[in-house]
Amino acid sequence: MSAPGRVVVTGIGPVTPVGIGVDAFWESLIQGRSGVGKLEGFDTSGLSSRIAAQVHDFRVEEHLEPAVARRMERFAQLAVAAAQLAVADASLDLETSNRARIGCVVGTGIGGVAAFEAQVKVFAERGPSRVSPHLVALMIPNMAAGQVAMRLGITGPNECTVTACAASGHAIARAVDFLRAGRADVVLAGGAEAAVTPLTVAGFCATRALSTRNDDPEGASRPFDAGRDGFVIGEGATMLVLEREDHARARGARIYAEVAGYGLSADAHHETAPHPEGAGGAQAMRAALEDAALAPETVDYINAHGTSTSLGDIAETLAIRSEFGSHADRLAVSSTKSVTGHLLGAAGATEAAATVLALARGILPPTINLTDPDPACDLDYVPLIARKANVRVALTNSFGFGGQNASIVLVAHDG
Amino acid sequence: MSEIENVIRTLLTQEFKVEEGGIKPDATFEQLGLDSLDVVSFAMALEDRLQIEIPEKELDGVETYADALALLERKVGARA
Repeated sequence: MSAPGRVVVTGIGPVTPVGIGVDAFWESLIQGRSGVGKLEGFDTSGLSSRIAAQVHDFRVEEHLEPAVARRMERFAQLAVAAAQLAVADASLDLETSNRARIGCVVGTGIGGVAAFEAQVKVFAERGPSRVSPHLVALMIPNMAAGQVAMRLGITGPNECTVTACAASGHAIARAVDFLRAGRADVVLAGGAEAAVTPLTVAGFCATRALSTRNDDPEGASRPFDAGRDGFVIGEGATMLVLEREDHARARGARIYAEVAGYGLSADAHHETAPHPEGAGGAQAMRAALEDAALAPETVDYINAHGTSTSLGDIAETLAIRSEFGSHADRLAVSSTKSVTGHLLGAAGATEAAATVLALARGILPPTINLTDPDPACDLDYVPLIARKANVRVALTNSFGFGGQNASIVLVAHDG
Repeated sequence: MSEIENVIRTLLTQEFKVEEGGIKPDATFEQLGLDSLDVVSFAMALEDRLQIEIPEKELDGVETYADALALLERKVGARA
């Protein structure tokens, strides 16, 4: 059966701290190989958190010509590389496609902050006349989506979602809207972030949100564990090729999974703290399942937002309990942030990719470092090692500072 | 190659990633892959490196590598 309103995932392009490309990314997730290490690239003395999940394997010249790459901030470079990988993974031939019917939505939490920081310094030390004419084009958050369009020559709807750590969850939701409404046949959707910079890390340190387990980087991201002490800042980009099912079938595309629905909500509670009972998260999951016309009891797996913060992990656990009732004890939950670190605006798409692969390959990626569960976190979090499981219906959650929440329903596809 | 020419070539190849072989006297900025914002940025970098000032109106009509070289030689000469 192929309904024109259905949206499917046909390509995945991860550029992450644990691997570039589907196979490297997936292998790290199921092997539980952490992408967290000592923060490199600038002097970290004076920072309480000196660890990060950085994409050390990213060599921009392998993806972009130098004259093209110089026009982009790192977050846009990562997005373009991820988009190219996703298009290749989808076997989408742009030459023969109607590029006016291909859109792009790239979420980011922060945008081109490295250029911003550098030029603030120029402004302060040398005055306004020395500020780079490229500053604005480098720093604006929507430039990643713009650069993807320029690079690939795709002229369909093009947008940016900026909802902190939920940004690429919202990007997927927006893409689904475009496809359902018939505004595009294909939408490249995902997120990009490259905010491991001195000022940004200092700002997150000041919120006390980051782990200070500096002597044990690989053990620092430990969602739901009693010893957790904050998230680990990360960078990266993941783009997905989302496509109307009829379009995917017509071109004979391999289909990974269906995006069956999404739900969005606001905590309306606090700038950075989650609602203590996870009310906003529960509302987003409920809305997502309603949109997909699926009962809570059908859900087999939830890829949690699970950042490894004390408040966030408990609130999400409570949210799952309130939405799923007794079924909460029968479904599996894991946080792949334990492996990848927290990719901020790229987290939602990276975790959607992990969830899609879990459905397609029948394996649940584990929550690593979960050796001593917090008694307040009492679900089945797939601790430490991957698990074979025949999963049909999964959710992936993304919750952002500002209290903005997105939950996406992904369903296994037989084609 | 003059010192000024050396400065320009280094800037074009290192900062603007222009291929060395493409830098010819009659090559326009556009042919070198520099748009109007790049030209402003290029002028700012030259101001720093050569300790000169290039008022924006003096960039009018500077369209090729040879134009830029002539302008800079005049400027640096005036400075000396």
